Amino acid sequence: MGKVGKIARRTFLIGSAAVLGGVAFGYVMYQRPAKNPLLDGLGEGEAALTPYVLINGEGVTLITPRGDKGQGAYHVQAALIAEELDVDLEKVNVDPGPPSGAYYNTALSAEAVPFAYYDEGFMAETLRDVMDAPMKFLGMQITGGSTTVPDAWEKLRVAGAVARETLKAAAAEVSGINVTALDTGSGRVILPDGRELAYEELAPVAAGLEPVTKVRLREPEEWRYIGKPMKRIDIVAKSTGAQEYGIDVERPDMVHAAVRLNPRRGGALNGYDAQAAEEMRGVEAVFDIPGGVAVLADNTWRAFRAAEAVECDWGPADHPGEQAEHWQALADSFVSDRRDSRQRDEGDVESALGDAPIEAEYRAPYLAHAPLEPVNATVWVQEGRVDVWTGTQVPRFAQSHVAEICGVDAEQVHVHVLMMGGSFGHRLEDDVVIRAAQIAMQAGGRPVKLTYSREEDTRQDFLRPVGMARMKGAITDGRVRALDYHVAAPSIMASQMGERQGLPMPGPDSTIVQAAWDQAYAIPDCRVTGYRAPRLAPVSSWRSVGASINGFFHEGFLDELIHAAGADPLEERLRLCFHEPTRKVLEAVGEMAAWSGPRPEEGVGRGVALVTSFGVPCAEIVEVRQTEAGLRIERVWVAAEVGRLVDPVNFDGLVKGGAVFGLGHAMTGEITFADGRVEQENFDLFKAMRIDQCPEIEVRGLENGDRVLGIGEPPVPPAAPALANAIFAATGQRLREMPFAKFVDFA
Amino acid sequence: MQIEVNGLAHELDVEEDMPLLWVLRDELGIKGVKYGCGIAQCGACTVHIDGEAVKSCQVFAGDVWGEVTTIEADADELPVLRAVQSAWIEHQVAQCGYCQSGQIMSAASLLSENRNPSDTEIDEAMRSNLCRCGTYPRIREAVKSAGERVREG
Repeated sequence: MGKVGKIARRTFLIGSAAVLGGVAFGYVMYQRPAKNPLLDGLGEGEAALTPYVLINGEGVTLITPRGDKGQGAYHVQAALIAEELDVDLEKVNVDPGPPSGAYYNTALSAEAVPFAYYDEGFMAETLRDVMDAPMKFLGMQITGGSTTVPDAWEKLRVAGAVARETLKAAAAEVSGINVTALDTGSGRVILPDGRELAYEELAPVAAGLEPVTKVRLREPEEWRYIGKPMKRIDIVAKSTGAQEYGIDVERPDMVHAAVRLNPRRGGALNGYDAQAAEEMRGVEAVFDIPGGVAVLADNTWRAFRAAEAVECDWGPADHPGEQAEHWQALADSFVSDRRDSRQRDEGDVESALGDAPIEAEYRAPYLAHAPLEPVNATVWVQEGRVDVWTGTQVPRFAQSHVAEICGVDAEQVHVHVLMMGGSFGHRLEDDVVIRAAQIAMQAGGRPVKLTYSREEDTRQDFLRPVGMARMKGAITDGRVRALDYHVAAPSIMASQMGERQGLPMPGPDSTIVQAAWDQAYAIPDCRVTGYRAPRLAPVSSWRSVGASINGFFHEGFLDELIHAAGADPLEERLRLCFHEPTRKVLEAVGEMAAWSGPRPEEGVGRGVALVTSFGVPCAEIVEVRQTEAGLRIERVWVAAEVGRLVDPVNFDGLVKGGAVFGLGHAMTGEITFADGRVEQENFDLFKAMRIDQCPEIEVRGLENGDRVLGIGEPPVPPAAPALANAIFAATGQRLREMPFAKFVDFA
Repeated sequence: MQIEVNGLAHELDVEEDMPLLWVLRDELGIKGVKYGCGIAQCGACTVHIDGEAVKSCQVFAGDVWGEVTTIEADADELPVLRAVQSAWIEHQVAQCGYCQSGQIMSAASLLSENRNPSDTEIDEAMRSNLCRCGTYPRIREAVKSAGERVREG
């Protein structure tokens, strides 16, 4: 949690965590600080002043334990440390560091508490703090939930300040000058006479000191990096082809692997014939692994081709084979024994709805993550040591799974996290690492790089779940009066954290109702009920998780109610909104788009949507035009409240990208099943927005809130409903199911 | 067979139908060229053959008809490529960056043929390059700014 002044109260009230019904992560008391993993293997003259700062002969290395999926996470983490440490970003090394419990993610816990983002009452704040401790105990080193910035905001600045003050103490010892007379700058301690001592020189002395932990963080007016446009540390490498990703890993004597896994998920491999594959050039071995076949070859393409040539006899999927059955399972889930949660129940909904409520059913399809870099992992099994090179959001999960497969202790598994060519949540799953380890165990001690083909990446993905909402509403006197919101979806947490990570997942799954129950609208009679559909296809977190579904349902149907009431879509939302920073976001987007100005011309429509996810209120206005070739999205305005823009340039890019991601999937994104298999295996059928469909996008970041929050996900959920609402305004056609291209043509 | 890449000639013993993408990546270790789909849908593998942008996943090793240029080419010798890379840095286009080698090669090919493309021409030339992060607004800005650099020489 990035709230200023909340760092000290960690351990008190910990016992209360055990009484939380909806909390997932264990109940064990945590008391001692996590071990600093950098203290292992330190060389002569090296100092690891905190788990985030390593200084040795190669200079200063900042440890950025949240992985980078392309959102500039390494850059932002490094900037926060550098701000206090007084080093120049272009002169330091940045390393994601080893998997370690010391790098637990505090901010994830803020999302795990059963309080809405706008609730700043004592209980809500206390539990957000308390949840920090179980996260710490479990060492949940996870990149996700837009938590990198909130988690890092205080922690990394403190780490930088502790390192700086300890180096100053070392300089005081070396020079005999009182520490209060010392200054720092550009990786040096500066003495009163102008002499400078480089941090590298001071490291051996500093290593022998007790770290100075009483530090003052700098005030905003003293910042050199935070809030200023920065050049991302990876931008040159990524503009010249020099950036190394997991898929680019090479090790001496490495062999390339491909897999052919049962395309019907959960189904067995009954038998296979590898003769044709084994005779192909470059193929070294073909063998079975759980649920499929692996090929080792001397080149990725040869491995892919041989894997396709294996004749496999597949067992059936462990979920319904046809898409219609998945929809039916959702439709059948709106019953009391599937009820998972009712986190909002205000007023008297039944009587407010009356005899003739407005009703609608909304649907959202399965979606693949489809990062452009297919998932991959390189594993090298040696005596007493296993090395893993991969782009992952969950290095500790990967480490423990590999240890189990290879029969070694977790400490013997060295995970080297590489830059990720996108993820969108795919790399919260470590399936590819598990496969690579299984294969490496049969590779005779040679390093194995397993690369999934695009088709395998999609077939074996853990999808964004399908969702269905059945909603009723009522209006009185030109206002929205009542909303009875029922949503059914399979449980992401049961699939992702329960089935795959073996974590106990008691209580309701808050992702089923995420961004439906916790929106800051004062609808007088309002209730939100979540239903847990049965397990269907395996599902996981997809950029913005449950908000990607409920944002569309909630804001689409609210728009229907507002239109039925004859009210203005923006004005009525403003009237309903009771949370001041959220209202300001709506006001800002209205002002940017000149919403209250002249009405758009005939054939042009504008729609607005407001969705708060991960604590970030984000409002979007979309403008569409009817053309002879179809609907064209011409302009989009986005406003979001994040407390503090750490890097405005990066922020602007992420917001635009998030809007494109949300719009593109709303237009054409869909995964369906037939005969137990995914029907869209590559980008010819799983379509995304391309540049010629991309609108002009204008962005504004607001800094009115008191929590510093991440922007990776929040721009995604409002895009779909804003588009649906714009299409309604332009054409009169109300879209209640994604993807919209099933119902309208886009130019 | 012999192919020339970034000014260097390579003697290869590979299947005629191995895609150029995999010749570059796995046989020659030229990793800036990326695999994304294998079916000419994403453009991450875009390289130049005799200056023209091609999807290297669709070109058989045996069919390479001219000199291959990749993102790793010496940009000092290729002013258009250098202008495009500089504009990509200036506009901070990349997020994950995985598609950007292909985007840059497509943009360089466009600007070699048309130093002052219209918005529609930019969209048309770049639409076969997919970016899952959604960097399109900055790609447009960067192509325009690279065009200015090219025109100014």
